[in-house]
Amino acid sequence: MDLSRHLRGLNQARIVVAITVLIFVIASVALPGFLTPDNLIAIIRSVSVLGILALGMAIVIIGRGIDLSMVAVMAMSVAWYLQLLNNGWGDHAALALALAGVLAIGLVNGFLVAYADVPAIFVTLATGSFTFGFVRSQLIAQDAVTVPGDHWIIGLGKARPADVPADIYIFLILAFAAFLFLRFTKWGRYVYYAGDNPLAARNAGMPVRPMLVLRYVLSALSAFIAGLLTASSLQSINTRVVNSNLLYDIVLVAVIGGIGLSGGKGGVRNVLIGAALIGILLNVMTILDIPQLEQNLIKSTILLVAILIDGLLNPRDEQTAQQGDI
Amino acid sequence: MTFRERLQQWRYNLIPDHVIGEILQKRWTDNAIPFLALVIVVAGFGTAIPGFFNPGSLQDSTRQLGEFSLVVIGLTVVMLGGGIDLSVGSIFALATFASVACFFLFNLPVWVAFLAALATGGLFGAANGYLIGYLRLRAFITTLVTFIIGRAVYDILVVNFGSAVQLSDAMSDVWDFVGDGTFLGLSVALLSAIVLAVITHVVLTRARMGWHVQAVGGSRRSAHNAGIKVRRTVFLTYVFSGLCSGAAGFLIATRLSGAGPGTGLGLEILALTAAVVGGNSLGGGRGSIVKGIMGAIIVLVMTNGLIRLGYGTGTNQMVLGILLAVAVTIDIRWLKNRHKVLNEVYVAPVYLKMGETQSAAPGSGTQYELNNRLSQADAIGLGELEGPEDVILDRDDNLYCGTRHGEIVRFFAPDYKRSEVFAHVGGFPLGLAFDRDGNLLSCVGAMGLYRITPDREVTRLSAETRRSLTSIQDDARLRDPNDLDIAPDGKVYFTDSTKRYDAHDWTLDSIENRATGRLLVYDPATGKTTTLLDGYRYTNGVTLAHDNKSVLFCESWACRIHRYWLDGPKAGTAECLIRDMPGYPDNINRASDGTYWMAWLGMRTPSFDLSLRHPGMRKRMARRLPQDEWLFPNINTGGVVKFNDRGEILQTYGDLSGQSHPMVTSMREHKGYLYIGGILNNRIGRYRIEGADPAWDANTAYWGKRA
Repeated sequence: MDLSRHLRGLNQARIVVAITVLIFVIASVALPGFLTPDNLIAIIRSVSVLGILALGMAIVIIGRGIDLSMVAVMAMSVAWYLQLLNNGWGDHAALALALAGVLAIGLVNGFLVAYADVPAIFVTLATGSFTFGFVRSQLIAQDAVTVPGDHWIIGLGKARPADVPADIYIFLILAFAAFLFLRFTKWGRYVYYAGDNPLAARNAGMPVRPMLVLRYVLSALSAFIAGLLTASSLQSINTRVVNSNLLYDIVLVAVIGGIGLSGGKGGVRNVLIGAALIGILLNVMTILDIPQLEQNLIKSTILLVAILIDGLLNPRDEQTAQQGDI
Repeated sequence: MTFRERLQQWRYNLIPDHVIGEILQKRWTDNAIPFLALVIVVAGFGTAIPGFFNPGSLQDSTRQLGEFSLVVIGLTVVMLGGGIDLSVGSIFALATFASVACFFLFNLPVWVAFLAALATGGLFGAANGYLIGYLRLRAFITTLVTFIIGRAVYDILVVNFGSAVQLSDAMSDVWDFVGDGTFLGLSVALLSAIVLAVITHVVLTRARMGWHVQAVGGSRRSAHNAGIKVRRTVFLTYVFSGLCSGAAGFLIATRLSGAGPGTGLGLEILALTAAVVGGNSLGGGRGSIVKGIMGAIIVLVMTNGLIRLGYGTGTNQMVLGILLAVAVTIDIRWLKNRHKVLNEVYVAPVYLKMGETQSAAPGSGTQYELNNRLSQADAIGLGELEGPEDVILDRDDNLYCGTRHGEIVRFFAPDYKRSEVFAHVGGFPLGLAFDRDGNLLSCVGAMGLYRITPDREVTRLSAETRRSLTSIQDDARLRDPNDLDIAPDGKVYFTDSTKRYDAHDWTLDSIENRATGRLLVYDPATGKTTTLLDGYRYTNGVTLAHDNKSVLFCESWACRIHRYWLDGPKAGTAECLIRDMPGYPDNINRASDGTYWMAWLGMRTPSFDLSLRHPGMRKRMARRLPQDEWLFPNINTGGVVKFNDRGEILQTYGDLSGQSHPMVTSMREHKGYLYIGGILNNRIGRYRIEGADPAWDANTAYWGKRA
């Protein structure tokens, strides 16, 4: 009896917290140079971009969707922005144009999902592919676009208030804002209701469709911010990131933290948990000098275990499962 | 007739609007859009690219197409089962590496390399299938993860062993033949794709396993509840997909004799786009191998074409993205709205100007003048019955009728208080008739012509006739068999009221008013059914004339009685006996005094007659208004009419109160009484006919004294 009650309290988030703490403790003891302020800041910094992307993804997933176009939006919007700057456009005009493009992708995603009833995975897969292809073939010249010399983005990358990189502040501010949004605003609560049971939410009179559009716009915006931060630290943006595994890392952070893919569950806390585990893991693997390819294998295996556990804790019911829900 | 009205007549009677609805009902219309896209893409790129149709160039393209089609076939099967497999690219790459390693690193024979590729694919697919089928994980995310894992493993393998493969000097004629050779002018890749496509198509459409896959994809819950092993079926679809990708991997290994970092990269999106562009439904249940192949050709021609036309990096992704988005959106919207479109366009009314008629109103003094006699009929089975369309009595005076539950109910003589279910047929038993041996024959709505023996054995006599040459919808099927009568030689003359609507949608047919009713004959000697007459507006009641030389049948929506000659100088032709009645005729049966009874299911109204001259108005009505606000023929008043062989009206019986017998669909005279049925009624009426022969029994009149 006792055991089963304990097991029931053992949800995925708690398991992940326990694993994270375990790895942290072991690494602190076993790895020299792990438990230093510089390294800890490096850990947080390494996941801040990923974390920002995961925040946007989390909002979409909680609302029972998924956004596979985030990486494309992130890389291509910033690449276009920088290309416009390099072509001699004014900063405001270029930023406005890039932002309009980002909003347009978010709106198209949201519109097709909400009003055309197309499954989110296919919409965002298609728009992601389109965004990359369109910007790469029509708008920019090379795979990588550099930030022009004296631009504020470079300043952003160099700023270290209180000896902590600026992107950490931005990540934490955005996380707090997302927390406030999800927890304390009406629209934030709608995300949960719509994710839990879209039909019931609709019957209760919530504007389910406009809210859906809003979520995809938010995730596109978070992708843009993440892209700006990436450009600020690297002083350029490489559009080949679209072909990398970054997208799966985002899903990994969200899902491993305990945000169920069936929607309605989780919050910013889960994103932070997932980001912490991935950050520590990446850091440990880097310190251990494990090659990138093996790191991919390890990460994806962890993701598989995470969804396996998710599937075992929230098994599909043959009688209530939705038809065509893949 | 005014010019405007003549225009209407031309517009609605000469332009076959109804064809649109019938074409939309065809399942092959699903293929029309992808096929059109296929033609456009092939024609477009074929003209834009010089040398596209050169044999050499074509050979290359089809080789690639063969490999790609294998992958798409696997994915299509998975999608048909309601899943998705994003890991095909990884499986493909790993299988390529497996066969390359076997051949070049270990110097094993080609068949071992082939088996290694298949085993890699099968195992990978089995892992997917186990996770998704048995552990019931979500297909998309699971195969996404296994895709990354597979890719990571492949990348590691290529980095470590790629150069060793290139340095190997393994050679084999078989290997080269699979990669470069042709058989009967076709490359091995294309041949294997064709063979696999044919086999898979046959299995999917003809074999139990394939049906299970489609059932699970169509409705997982129903399949589960029907006892299909859902989990195993899902598992097997992924194994199949793995094997397909494995085979494709082997083929590309032989063609390129190596495995590089780019092998199988982006294949999953290509394959997915192909499957969806071909028209396979996401979430399962709708799709076919042919669609997958069409999609494969479209996508391959398009992506290869863009490269050959020299478009830069990214153009392919852009086009693929647009293609995927458009295809999925069209697919979803089509699936969602197809029935709505069908509902809107299916009803295609025609123009008809009904002839002037005499009034049937009480006190009008015409021959049709209705009275209130039927309101005095005794009720049999009141409240127990639902929908006794036709009634009939046997030699022992027992009363039979059909019900809307698909049963034939028997009421026992003499008081008809006790009843039993005589037989369960299914469908909606309408017309009834006894044959010489006392078998009960029935026209069963939506099913066909059936025989029920006195031992209650139900046999189907006929469910189809010869298909007419110009039909779009299969009109061989009897859609709405309505009434029948049996000639002395045993031939059964019966009507099929409409080709356009199912039996329960007869009201829609009245609104459309298209002449698609038929008179048919079933010959028990040959078991064949032949169409005698076609093109009447809802053929309904049938009876043989007392002299057995002709068949009388009615055409409900035109308010006419026709005579079809079996014998004499006019044999094989039909002529109109009574026209322009004020009521819609239903069943016709013999009366004891050498005349006939005819039921009226409803009465003509000036408003509906007017609407028949305005097909546009009825079309708009059917499109825009909910069905319960439509203007229908009035079926709140009906009656029974007696007429003779010359078409003269002799008597009428009505129920002006509308309480007992508002709508009459059948009546049967038996030993001085008239038994009255109505398809929407909850009783059978029994009315004593003054002056009728109290000994007259139709069975005797038809078949003589009991043997």
